[in-house]
Amino acid sequence: MSLVTRKFLVIITLCWSGIAAALPQIEHWQTGNGARVYFVAAHELPMVDVQVVFDAGSARDAVPGTASLTARLLPEGAGDLNANAIAERFDALGASSGSSAGRDNASVSLRSLTDPALLQPALETLALVLRAPTFPAAAFERERNRALVALRAQEQNPGALADRAFYQALYGQHPYAQATLGTAQSVTALKRADLLTHYRHYFTARNAIVVIVGDLQRDAAAAVAETVVGRLPGGSVPPPLPAVAPATGGKAHVAHPSSQTHILVGQPVLRRGDPDYFALYVGNHILGGSGLVSRISDEVREKRGLAYSAYSYFMPMRQAGPFQMGVQTKNESATEALQVLRATLERYRAEGPTTEELIAAKKNITGGFPLNIDSNSDIAGYLAMIAFYDLPLDYLDRFIDQVNAVSAEQIRDAFQRRVDPERLVTVTVGNGK
Amino acid sequence: MKSLAVILLAAGLTGCATAPGPSRVVHSEGPVHETTLANGLKVIVREDHRAPVVVSQVWYKVGGSYEYDGVTGISHVLEHMMFKGTPNHPPGQFSRIIAEHGGRENAFTAQDYTAYFQQLEKSRLPIAFELEADRMRHLTLDPQEAARELQVVMEERRLRTDDNPQALTWEAFSAAAWQVSPYRHPIIGWMNDIENLGVDDLRRWYQTWYAPNNATLVVVGDVEPQKVFELAERHYGPLKPSTITPAKPRIEPPQRGERRIVVKAPAELPYLIMGYKVPTLKTADEDWKPYALEVLGGVLDGGRSARLPRELVRGGQIAASISAGYTLTARLGDLFSFGGTPAQGHDVASLEAAIKAQIEKLKTEPVSSEELARIKAQVTASKVYELDSVFYQAMQIGVLETVGLDWRLLEQYPQRIAAVTPEQIMAVAREFFIADNLTVAVLDPQPLDGAAPRAPAGGAYRH
Repeated sequence: MSLVTRKFLVIITLCWSGIAAALPQIEHWQTGNGARVYFVAAHELPMVDVQVVFDAGSARDAVPGTASLTARLLPEGAGDLNANAIAERFDALGASSGSSAGRDNASVSLRSLTDPALLQPALETLALVLRAPTFPAAAFERERNRALVALRAQEQNPGALADRAFYQALYGQHPYAQATLGTAQSVTALKRADLLTHYRHYFTARNAIVVIVGDLQRDAAAAVAETVVGRLPGGSVPPPLPAVAPATGGKAHVAHPSSQTHILVGQPVLRRGDPDYFALYVGNHILGGSGLVSRISDEVREKRGLAYSAYSYFMPMRQAGPFQMGVQTKNESATEALQVLRATLERYRAEGPTTEELIAAKKNITGGFPLNIDSNSDIAGYLAMIAFYDLPLDYLDRFIDQVNAVSAEQIRDAFQRRVDPERLVTVTVGNGK
Repeated sequence: MKSLAVILLAAGLTGCATAPGPSRVVHSEGPVHETTLANGLKVIVREDHRAPVVVSQVWYKVGGSYEYDGVTGISHVLEHMMFKGTPNHPPGQFSRIIAEHGGRENAFTAQDYTAYFQQLEKSRLPIAFELEADRMRHLTLDPQEAARELQVVMEERRLRTDDNPQALTWEAFSAAAWQVSPYRHPIIGWMNDIENLGVDDLRRWYQTWYAPNNATLVVVGDVEPQKVFELAERHYGPLKPSTITPAKPRIEPPQRGERRIVVKAPAELPYLIMGYKVPTLKTADEDWKPYALEVLGGVLDGGRSARLPRELVRGGQIAASISAGYTLTARLGDLFSFGGTPAQGHDVASLEAAIKAQIEKLKTEPVSSEELARIKAQVTASKVYELDSVFYQAMQIGVLETVGLDWRLLEQYPQRIAAVTPEQIMAVAREFFIADNLTVAVLDPQPLDGAAPRAPAGGAYRH
């Protein structure tokens, strides 16, 4: 609350770069009931991070808001334990646990010390929460009400409104169109039974990934995985999500009494594992992905003083995730900022990067690699991504080479083929009076 | 991670002083080593050999709480201008050079400090030192660059505060609670003050506060302390010190009665803030009191099993969200604050009553041994978890040094927390959580569509 930072809201795009020296060694196996386990031993600190990821994000919602509310309900009751007992168990062990849902997946996490007297009961509590959640009726009502309050909070937040309108405009009838939180209407209509159905369908071993990073030997990690998910039913892998239809351009405006207009421009582009990924990732680093030294920030902020934050990114997902450019500026400057944003993209798309820009971007990405894997939480995040999106286990090892192999022409070509100015959707929120 | 060297923290405190050079005295305790250059720059190095990375942070003893009427926000604007070049490095070059070396860099301004940092692969540390030392004394402060950057900061203020009804309420709350203390001003500054800042103001502020003898250099990572000290000597050593005139104390007089304000802004939800004035490590008359308040904060809001989530969110279902706490390390007296949104069917009045009932309980009933044990377990664990981030380790050292405390307090922290008794928690609750010492701010939501205010919906949604 008290800090004011100079640069941008950090956009986490789950991208990293690599050098060979200090790569985490990924070990991979399956539990008896078919959950996939990904483990990296990190013996420096006496702690362990466990993440269980299910293909059970809001893209799987029968009623919008189901996945999110399911995640909120997991720690509200399990086996014989109520919410207070579960919270007390974790807190008294010095462990921290959380659960959340995004569009593609839902995850439950635990951080604990490795002292067996602390770790074992923490793991058993986590296992109970995953295996035997009770979805108490009173807790369901309460958490549904809290979700409705959270939805109302979004109504007073122009950034949240822009985000919501952007996904609706890009994805139309596709499940990605819905906000993870759902809508006031859908959440009001949700029943406890909807959560149970969702849980029974998706929280199964064959639909689960277990990520473990910490001070354990491999056999101990195997025991951790069996403890946490070993008693989940086998279940099955759900069918693929539908493909995303191409965007058809257009504009959406939401009136809001804010002093700034929030502008988002984009279209669906990238699936995880797409062959154009590296060209677009490195290319976007130069366009709007590298903070103040990127072209968009230079044009919007450094040259014109139009905004505090101006950026672009690709967010690869299971199905085509968005390319997004964003800026917030005082209402009077909205037209100018939008023009600068579009002109910067179109020029970059036409010309591609300069040789100097490409060299600088590669140096930044590859030289910064050690920072991206310098903590257990970083490594756990990458492991979850590699595992969930079925990326090759040597993905990190090859990352540097893949980045270095990208040419300026490949970037120009990929932007021309994949980013279409005619199909870009523009969302504005603000200028309400 | 496998191939990396493993060095766990030495357990014992091995307080020792060595003099490796002709003039340098180094104080070491475990992995932390401290020296002071001849020009007054304090250099603190913490070894962490887990990964081949390093973070370098320069902390200046200046921030929002050093400012006065008319120039609020100037520390933060100057922080922006620190990226706008020196005679040796034109605007933007700092960021470009760091980026080319694979680095991440940024800066932050708070009430009690302004800090600049670079995170790099360890061999690139000299790059950070060269650039950071250069801008410590040689900033250009070009008028055109300043005019443009002021526009950026105004956009930042619109984004963070003006278009955020809860942030507006916090800002008005602080301004009401403090009449003398500089904490009454927002860090980002009042809009009219930002609009009227000039490059001359910025130059005066830079000359007043930016000098090696008003700064602390903190380096954490896979480094050898002696080499870092030598490198610091090479880059920062030649910089001239200034005469630093300490800020005036501006101590808040005792509050004589409850204060209440209402903030009207376009919003959907009401919001409640309550704050009691409390002492900090810097200002307490007895040094156990801040730790007792810290434990009290844990009893209320330390994890999902703490009293506020248990009693107000889950039990009584009066709050949709609620938080509480204070800044143990604030340079001046602080507020122990509660911020919350009423649950559906409740208003801010019932939320306030529920919070006050929890406060009364703290005054009259000793906290249970289970609750204290839980807080101790959380502190013990978090001392390990925080080692997962070199940045956070550096940040803790930087904050303590910059507010005039000692980084050695970090090592004492778990024992000090463990020593707090149920009686001490009752004592601080009784001493500080009293009506005459309270400020309350309420966000009164106005229609987002500019229409006339609606009648309260659902009985009690709006207060």
